[in-house]
Amino acid sequence: MDNVSRREFLGKAALAAGGCAVFVLLGPGQAVRAAHPVGEGGSPLGDYDWEQHRYAYLIDAQKCIGCGMCVKACKAENKVPDGNFRTWIERYEISEDGEAEVDSPNGGLNGFEENVTHVKIAKAFFVPKTCNHCAAAPCVQVCPVGATYRTKDGVVLVDPKHCVGCGYCIQACPYAVRFLNPETRTADKCTLCYHRVTKGLKPACVAACPVGARQLADMKDQFDPVRKRIITERVAVLQPELLTEPQCFYLALDKEVR
Amino acid sequence: MIPELQGFLFPNDIHIHWSLMIVLYPYVTGLVAGAFIVSSLYHVFGRKELWPIGRFSLVASFAFMSVATLPLINHLGHPERAFNIMITPSSSSAMAGFGLAYNWYLMILILEIWFVFRKDIVLTARQSRGFKRFVFSWLALRTYDISDEALRTDHKIVTVLTAIGIPSACFLHGYVGFLFGALKANPWWSTPLMPVIFLFSAVVSGIAAMILMYMAAMALKGLPILRQTVATMASWLWLFMILTVTLEILEIITLSYESSEAWVIIRQLLTTRLSFSFISVQLIIGSLIPFILLLIVVLLGSQMKARVQNILAAAASSILLIQVFSMRWNVVIGGQLFSKSLRGLRSMYDPGFFEKEGILPALLILSLPFVILVVFERFLPMFRSVEEAYARGEIAAEDAEPAESAH
Repeated sequence: MDNVSRREFLGKAALAAGGCAVFVLLGPGQAVRAAHPVGEGGSPLGDYDWEQHRYAYLIDAQKCIGCGMCVKACKAENKVPDGNFRTWIERYEISEDGEAEVDSPNGGLNGFEENVTHVKIAKAFFVPKTCNHCAAAPCVQVCPVGATYRTKDGVVLVDPKHCVGCGYCIQACPYAVRFLNPETRTADKCTLCYHRVTKGLKPACVAACPVGARQLADMKDQFDPVRKRIITERVAVLQPELLTEPQCFYLALDKEVR
Repeated sequence: MIPELQGFLFPNDIHIHWSLMIVLYPYVTGLVAGAFIVSSLYHVFGRKELWPIGRFSLVASFAFMSVATLPLINHLGHPERAFNIMITPSSSSAMAGFGLAYNWYLMILILEIWFVFRKDIVLTARQSRGFKRFVFSWLALRTYDISDEALRTDHKIVTVLTAIGIPSACFLHGYVGFLFGALKANPWWSTPLMPVIFLFSAVVSGIAAMILMYMAAMALKGLPILRQTVATMASWLWLFMILTVTLEILEIITLSYESSEAWVIIRQLLTTRLSFSFISVQLIIGSLIPFILLLIVVLLGSQMKARVQNILAAAASSILLIQVFSMRWNVVIGGQLFSKSLRGLRSMYDPGFFEKEGILPALLILSLPFVILVVFERFLPMFRSVEEAYARGEIAAEDAEPAESAH
């Protein structure tokens, strides 16, 4: 048997290591990045310029009547699988003693039936929920493959062709707005109807709401009336202590809601 | 199946996403780290009484490491995209670091095993023929120098590799705890103590597994179980279990004393959904009983028959393996049993036997390391020094004191 000298061995090992490095740097990773060019002013969406917009969402909890039209519209528009929700409505009934009773039957898809209760209700209200499209989104932070990302116009999206379905983002979201789509086996959530808003339309839930409880704002549009409300009125966000910087703002948010 | 829900859950919160597989993953990586700590006690910290398992624990660490990714891959919605973690890692993701941490540690393990077994590999290559000779000459990297000088160099390299390996093993497993501990969305996971608890309990499970596997291997090979080897591992096991349980209890006491918003739901979780697996198994049966058993071994071990000492140590080890598993269960599953609304609890998670992520796949994955060990032993004996000492009559009965070994 021939002996390989140390010099020869190290030389070959270095060559192999270099080969691996080249593969990782120039290999499939780059191909994936090249297929999704972002930034440098360009947009993958043709005429639409995502540098010119930044979306936010305003929910006036005072107005919501719990009809469930938004949940229905979202389900129809986005083919949301049964038992999973991109948006939902919660009902709060707070007794005179301050005890809160909360429910959301089937996400409020079919509205709410009257609760028969013996306690005296001091106040009751509905709270629509959806992805907060956080500026410091924990889901974007934890995604191991970069399949979840925030667009330049402020929408948190999932690339279902790249998502590995590990579920880490679902665990990391404090608002439980994500789910594992049983059909695609990837993470799924509200896209703010990105396919609509980039064409100048409103998200399905906003368009369907009969009372104007849900509204879309473009924070880069000086004359947007919804933007004006967000910046001039007293708005709250969910779980502000987590510093996720939610871009879904609430008017008339009660302390019981998290 | 209609889940038994209690209170108000966010509508998406009724599913358990992280299954038995994700319980298994930190359990197996814990065994990796723990077994490595045992081998480093021998290779670096000079616990010479561990000589019979110096090699075995190292290879055991490798065997567990080889299957550590299987539960993860089996769990992924798209296992065929698993490699995305390596080729498009997101720099902000704790999970993306896994590829780096895993491969770094695997590399150290393989290098160390190679240097430890290099003499055996070279000898096998020289003494065999045909295909086996071909394989082993490549395993030897076609370098056949086993002069005393070369072996001394090997030994030095092993010491250095182990010294690097200890922080790497600690990092690898502390990192697994970090995956949970760094999620601010979940109050049952989000604590800086999490990586530390994971690390210490990993060492507990690793030492416990090595005690049992050492005994089983000796029984299978008809070799004596050395009293001093078991006694040393038992005392280390005792120390690490005390540290682990202390940390586990401290965490609960802190949560309860702070009485923050999350404690309301965590208290319900611990007293209802987790009352069996946390209070009964993890704390009472899993901690108190082995503490007493090991206390007896550590204080009175030298006065009792080796057989009794071994039985007590084996019993304590078996219970501690269950304790660590239940700790992993209580963290991974427990953290998903309450809704992020902090107002409601999910139904219990009950893995099916034949499910994709159920009990059978878990048992298969857990049995694979033993297959790897048997195959490894077939080609590169891990207990040669024990066999030689036994053949020379240096170790005989169970009560035998350890003989000075040339190993």
